[in-house]
Amino acid sequence: MEMRSSLAHARGLGAAKEGVGHWWSQRVTAIALVPLCIWFVFSAIALMGADLATFQDWLRPFGNALLMVLLVIVLFYHAYLGMQVVIEDYVSGEAAKVTVLLIVKFALFVLATSCVMAVILVAIGG
Amino acid sequence: MASTERPLSPHIQVYRPQITSVLSILHRITGVALTVGTLFLTWWLVAAAYGPEEFTRAQSFLGSWFGHLMLWGFTFALFYHLGNGLRHLAWDFGLGFELPQVRKSGLAVVAFAVVLTLITLIAAYAAGGGS
Repeated sequence: MEMRSSLAHARGLGAAKEGVGHWWSQRVTAIALVPLCIWFVFSAIALMGADLATFQDWLRPFGNALLMVLLVIVLFYHAYLGMQVVIEDYVSGEAAKVTVLLIVKFALFVLATSCVMAVILVAIGG
Repeated sequence: MASTERPLSPHIQVYRPQITSVLSILHRITGVALTVGTLFLTWWLVAAAYGPEEFTRAQSFLGSWFGHLMLWGFTFALFYHLGNGLRHLAWDFGLGFELPQVRKSGLAVVAFAVVLTLITLIAAYAAGGGS
């Protein structure tokens, strides 16, 4: 006989409790990425075929360096959230799922940090 | 308690592809593709931090025919994901859920992606980046 109320039963078997935060983060980063990506496309066109000196001159002003760091942080966070959903949906088996999630999350974190460090080094470097 | 042999849903093998389902999975495919594309963004930025030779190597790869082909693909993926992302945000506000509207907005997103990709390519080559 089921002694728990329907609500308690539903809670016990519910989601991982983090769904709403994930959902909101995905939307907020998506909105932030709209202007950032448009800025990036314009910038990438201007920088096609540029040599390093040209690239450094472009990245050195505070505004461009700031936008690049913002783009990288928001982009990788958005990618992290999106990849998490895709992996959770398509990788079957708990062990495989957790393993792939960990690898992808570590990789994205390393890539994001590398990008931020590179931007800072180029922006302050000679 | 979960049995391992339960059938999975939806049965995509017996489903006729429709614009709604195709565009939905395309959103995920372009998202994953763009995530892979961050490898090239990282390479580009890190190469700039490493020095002129590394940066020239990265730039000449991106400037090769294969690099251009790849960048065209990423450009389309970006604009599709952006356009369809805005469509998702409209749905989040409860807008455009009627089937005719969903089809129409889907086609609009594809047109948006194609047109913006073409404009970007024209702008890129007009800017002399074709070298």
